Amino acid sequence: MGAPASSPAVSAAVAEFALRMGDNCLILGHRNSEWCGHSPALEEDIALANTALDLIGQTQLWLGLACEAEGKGRTPDNLAFLRDVSGYRNLLLVEQPNGDFGRTLMRQYLFDAWHLPLLKALMGSADRRIAEIAEKASKEVAYHLERSADLVVRLGDGTAESHARMQAALDFLWPYTGEMFLADALDEELAATGLAPEPASLKPAWQEHVGRTLADATLKVPEKSFAQKGGRRGVHSEHLGYILAEMQFLQRAYPGASW
Amino acid sequence: MYAQMVKTDTKRVRSLDEMEPQERAFQERIDAGQKIEPKEWMPEDYRKTLIRQISQHAHSEIVGQLPEGNWISRAPTLERKAILLAKVQDEAGHGLYLYCAAETLGISRDQMYEQLHSGKAKYSSIFNYPTLSWADIGAIGWLVDGAAIMNQVPLQRCSYGPYARAMVRICKEESFHQRQGFDIMTVLAKGTPEQKAMAQDALDRWWWPSLMMFGPSDDASVHSAQSMAWKIKQNSNDELRQKFVDQTVPQAKYLGLTVPDPALKWNEEKGGHDFGEPDWNEFFAVIAGEGPCNRERLEARRKAWNDGAWFRDGLTAHAEKQAARRQASRIAAE
Ligand SMILES: [Fe+2]
Ligand SMILES: [Fe+2]
Repeated sequence: MGAPASSPAVSAAVAEFALRMGDNCLILGHRNSEWCGHSPALEEDIALANTALDLIGQTQLWLGLACEAEGKGRTPDNLAFLRDVSGYRNLLLVEQPNGDFGRTLMRQYLFDAWHLPLLKALMGSADRRIAEIAEKASKEVAYHLERSADLVVRLGDGTAESHARMQAALDFLWPYTGEMFLADALDEELAATGLAPEPASLKPAWQEHVGRTLADATLKVPEKSFAQKGGRRGVHSEHLGYILAEMQFLQRAYPGASW
Repeated sequence: MYAQMVKTDTKRVRSLDEMEPQERAFQERIDAGQKIEPKEWMPEDYRKTLIRQISQHAHSEIVGQLPEGNWISRAPTLERKAILLAKVQDEAGHGLYLYCAAETLGISRDQMYEQLHSGKAKYSSIFNYPTLSWADIGAIGWLVDGAAIMNQVPLQRCSYGPYARAMVRICKEESFHQRQGFDIMTVLAKGTPEQKAMAQDALDRWWWPSLMMFGPSDDASVHSAQSMAWKIKQNSNDELRQKFVDQTVPQAKYLGLTVPDPALKWNEEKGGHDFGEPDWNEFFAVIAGEGPCNRERLEARRKAWNDGAWFRDGLTAHAEKQAARRQASRIAAE
């Protein structure tokens, strides 16, 4: 394995970074799985379950790395099921309620358009473990992006109603996108040591993809640019508490049991 | 079963000598084990019966997503969550294969949905029971998928080609479903006293509804006799139920759980178990819409369909716009 194990400081940074990655996957996977059996078409039930399944698989890899880099003997399940809201590191975007199917798709698209360039950059990480997970995940996420972008275009340029719903979804979610590009001290450290890209460096690729897709979808990029933030510090929206109450129920109600 | 009590329009199964030449040739091909394909001639009643049976089977797969989907967000570990997601996704896939198989008989998926949503078409009684604990997810995989396999394995040899082929694909996945359910039960049965109690409670609630999946005894049913003559049903309901009980009882014993049937005992002479009679009044009530979850299940499917109308319309409108644009650019190029 690479250098991090020998340097505790780097390990702590890797652990925290892996949590951020894993928590995004877990919470978005959870939200997508809420549609199982309730989506507008059988093909969408299958596609959404598939996306959720990919994201849960990626969660297992990232949280596995977080445990390893943390070195405290915790397991990915400990991290997923026994942390409270303030311990979660995901973006506020992914914890937002599903809303209608249009909002769910738009959230997925805005996330995918950021997730893919991030993973591509991570394939060159100085930590081989990060690079390997990124490589595996990027293949799945490339497909997620292709699908979500395609649906955003078709529904934006569909009927008047589908257009209006997609525009409303975009307007609602837009304030949650700014957080993806903000950096804190950890991001600066990760960038300086070649472990992860600077968040701001992902913005041009994201803007380009989003600009093109929204234009094809005949949707208008919102003008307001204030950003809702706090996820990386563990300061979340009210929604995450309910997600965790549901997700962690069995582990909390039967402490120490194996499943 | 996933298709229970499928009616034919038959009053009496006729012999070859009583048939017109075309129908006789058809029956002789079935008797010889040949497959019937979509474009070929078939008696109207054969076609209608198959539509009923396959669409009921398809509806069961998609309604069946609901009781299990209920626990995806509460699955106790990441691995269990992934396995359950994969399983529920498989069931949606089964629905898709089966709707496609039914469409080859001249009915559209939208028409079948319409029949489901209006309450005209049925789906399996089993999915009208609630999933109250995590152990229910284990019990469903173990018992419900286990019962489904009993019925679906012989259907791989059924006379209608598209249905038989759909069954081949489906059966490959069903054994994984049964195993993951049994694995959940094994872990619970070997777990804490509370987990073991959870497993026993699930078996207590799912045992009888699972036996009812095979439907009431059909030895005297003209519909079953006709379906068997057409080879779209291979075994009687009682035969399959017996096989299921004989397979499942030793598994319950291995788990250290008690099958909730005081009449259950091994019968050396017949080489199988004797067992009690399910409460058929309950079964008919569930079939008639009075089970514990009938209303929720149908309501959930109707809501998904109605709320999704704008989505489907949007995609259709976009496809039409694209076609018109292609048409316009072709004209401009000429
Ligand atoms: Fe199935
Ligand atoms: Fe199954």
